[in-house]
Amino acid sequence: MDILRNKGTLLLLGNEAVVRGALESGVNVATTYPGTPASEIGDTFSKIAKKAGIYFEYSVNEKVAVETAFGASISGLRSIASMKHVGLNVSSDAFVTMAYSGVKCGMVIVTADDPSCYSSQNEQDSRYYAMLANLPMLEPSTPQEAKEMTKKAFEISESLELPVFLRMTTRVSHVRENVRLGKIVKNNREGFFEKDPVRFVNVPAGARIGHPRLLKQMERAEELSEKSGLNRIIKVGKKPKIGIITSGVSYNYTIDAVKKLGVDASILKLGIVHPLPKKTCEKFISSFKKIVIVEELEPYLETLIKALGGKNVYGKLTHDFPRIFEYNPDIVYDSLAKILGKKVQKKNEKIVVPSRPPVLCPGCPHRATFYAAKIASKDKAVYATDIGCYALGVQPPLSTADVLVCMGGGVGAAGGISKATKQKIIAFLGDSTFFHAGIPALVNAVYNNHKFVYTILDNRTTAMTGHQPHPGTGITGMGNIASNIKIEDIVRGIGVKFIEIVDPYNVKETVSEFRKALEYDGVSVLIARHTCTLLEIRKGKKKTYQINQLKCKECRICIDRFGCPAFYVDKGVHINPLLCVGCGVCAQICPAKAIEVIK
Amino acid sequence: MKVVRDQGLGVRGKRVKTKHSLAPNYYSLTTKHENIVIAGVGGQGILFTSKIIGEAALESNMNVLTSEIHGMAQRGGVVVSTVKIGNVSSPLIADAEADIVIAFEPAEALRAANKMSENTTVIINTNPIIPFPISLGKEKYPKMEYILSEIKKRCEKLLTIDANRLAQHAGSGITMNTVMIGAFSQFSVLSKKKIKETIRKNVHKKYVDVNMRAFELGYRAVRSK
Repeated sequence: MDILRNKGTLLLLGNEAVVRGALESGVNVATTYPGTPASEIGDTFSKIAKKAGIYFEYSVNEKVAVETAFGASISGLRSIASMKHVGLNVSSDAFVTMAYSGVKCGMVIVTADDPSCYSSQNEQDSRYYAMLANLPMLEPSTPQEAKEMTKKAFEISESLELPVFLRMTTRVSHVRENVRLGKIVKNNREGFFEKDPVRFVNVPAGARIGHPRLLKQMERAEELSEKSGLNRIIKVGKKPKIGIITSGVSYNYTIDAVKKLGVDASILKLGIVHPLPKKTCEKFISSFKKIVIVEELEPYLETLIKALGGKNVYGKLTHDFPRIFEYNPDIVYDSLAKILGKKVQKKNEKIVVPSRPPVLCPGCPHRATFYAAKIASKDKAVYATDIGCYALGVQPPLSTADVLVCMGGGVGAAGGISKATKQKIIAFLGDSTFFHAGIPALVNAVYNNHKFVYTILDNRTTAMTGHQPHPGTGITGMGNIASNIKIEDIVRGIGVKFIEIVDPYNVKETVSEFRKALEYDGVSVLIARHTCTLLEIRKGKKKTYQINQLKCKECRICIDRFGCPAFYVDKGVHINPLLCVGCGVCAQICPAKAIEVIK
Repeated sequence: MKVVRDQGLGVRGKRVKTKHSLAPNYYSLTTKHENIVIAGVGGQGILFTSKIIGEAALESNMNVLTSEIHGMAQRGGVVVSTVKIGNVSSPLIADAEADIVIAFEPAEALRAANKMSENTTVIINTNPIIPFPISLGKEKYPKMEYILSEIKKRCEKLLTIDANRLAQHAGSGITMNTVMIGAFSQFSVLSKKKIKETIRKNVHKKYVDVNMRAFELGYRAVRSK
């Protein structure tokens, strides 16, 4: 494993650099729930945990991940929990109170935000969580900084005895650069939990002690922020007339744009975005007539700088910068150029190019399940869907997504729809999502007698984020054999009376079970179980199908209703043999029986 | 169209003074620079390609920044990776600032056209992957002549290559990306030898030979043009 190398430089992804930073800090316990753009943090830990002598787990969800890390920290071991921004929402109930009691050994919570929603349901700005929980937050600009700041975060956490956030964004997490390595610290200590109920039992009496403690620690954090060396002033040119305040990846765009514009400017690059180094900021804003704030997403720094008395502040609130989506070199250059009264760049004209939305893979079992659900309900059902590959069912021709919110949100909403209407409802969620947040919604549906089909798309993995294991797969993040928690056992245990397990590759049976499930008076559970195609084809493709052009009547059901991307039209309907994985579902649905195995 | 090239963003040789060790170490290495855009469709091996180019740059003592998109964007959707060699900070490539565009698919070359200028070399694999909305009859795939003429207007040099056929010829269709890396190495500041070494290190022993053949086929295919 290269990442365990002891010195030199490595081309590391920002996420890998976080892992390396944790290893150089002597981390003992790492937890996560996978989610883009944070997934590679957990996946890298999973690969090296045994060799590095640390404990790693894919927790069942982000809340449990943070709680597990907390447990280790208050027992005297360094811990790190990583997740995507929306996962931070799930864990928020835990860390807001953890702030009161604090931690003992260094504990870092990594959140990876996704400006422009490349793989997410929203583009929330996690910096507000630092403010809400009143915990320190560090924000690196590059993989090198991600590594160094992870180390700093552990130090700050330990010195303040508070959990510390490290905020990444897509363009820090998924950027590779040469990272200079430090020494890995091996820490074979065993932890010990020393009882301290006044501090760790957050009953009201304890919480009333914890809150003032937090405020005191955060005053110290502000002093620390001033001295930390993580907030830097970079001068470009001899006589800066303009002050720019920025953080994270926006700094990279800013420094390049300033140099390209050829202006003299002073840039305050904040490495700690909460708490702000007030004195440094006040001194900085009083030195310039014009202050520009360059930050992605919300006007977080802008509001704070204005509150510190900043005048002539240019940013999002003044409409000089966009408030939505990620920045890039062009946006930052043009916005700065406009503010400085310089000419913006001439742009290449836009060319219209056909859209290429992501789709379910050829042979994906979810497609077969969706097809069967549509046939069984005569496509009249309301489809509630969830977070995972199956959200791609929203694309035509399947269009099996009418509502999607968050992990487990579809099954929750389905219950509400069933109480509000008499419509048939089919809800879909994946196996990993079931364990993550689907169980409470199922308990709720049984207890309150909701009526809908609760479909579990069990492809034996967490597919969308890169095939991580989950409690139903029989393997742990450490690569150890684990007890395989059976979804059907949980469902039965909750008291569901209608439960069927089908193989979606068997179209006839799946349609028939969907019909029965739709008729059932109450919540019915259908487990559509078939291993993710991407995992199956790793073992080798068994068959390839083609269309017998003599038999094909060009009804186009395979394209217009089933929608497998291996099909294409070129004077007749064809199957691209390179894309076909041989699932054979199309052969079952072809009314002319024109789809045959290539012999 | 006249686009003024930004020469290494004016930072070459100039060291930005900072007090702290966290300052990026951008200024100690070579001053060569090159902006590379790799465009294609999820599943074509784009992330592998940017990793190879990135590591080859690192092995050549050059500063390198790559940027990738993972996750949802990969399921048959548009994937663009960028590799920037040289003393820069932004991981993304600005409009009209690509030196080399490697397009694994013709329509994706067109989608990346805004990164091209009269200094750009464009290498296109001529095998289309038809987006599904087109099969549904909702949109039309542009004609190849249109794609090539639009791109020709915007770049210095345009090379087309049937990388799928060459990959098959090398022994495996999945080495299409290696064919494209071979073609790319004709124009890069990186040496052919370094890139080949990096590929050798990053593929399974079983597949070294087929990848080396694919690389050479790609390399030679554009040499004669």
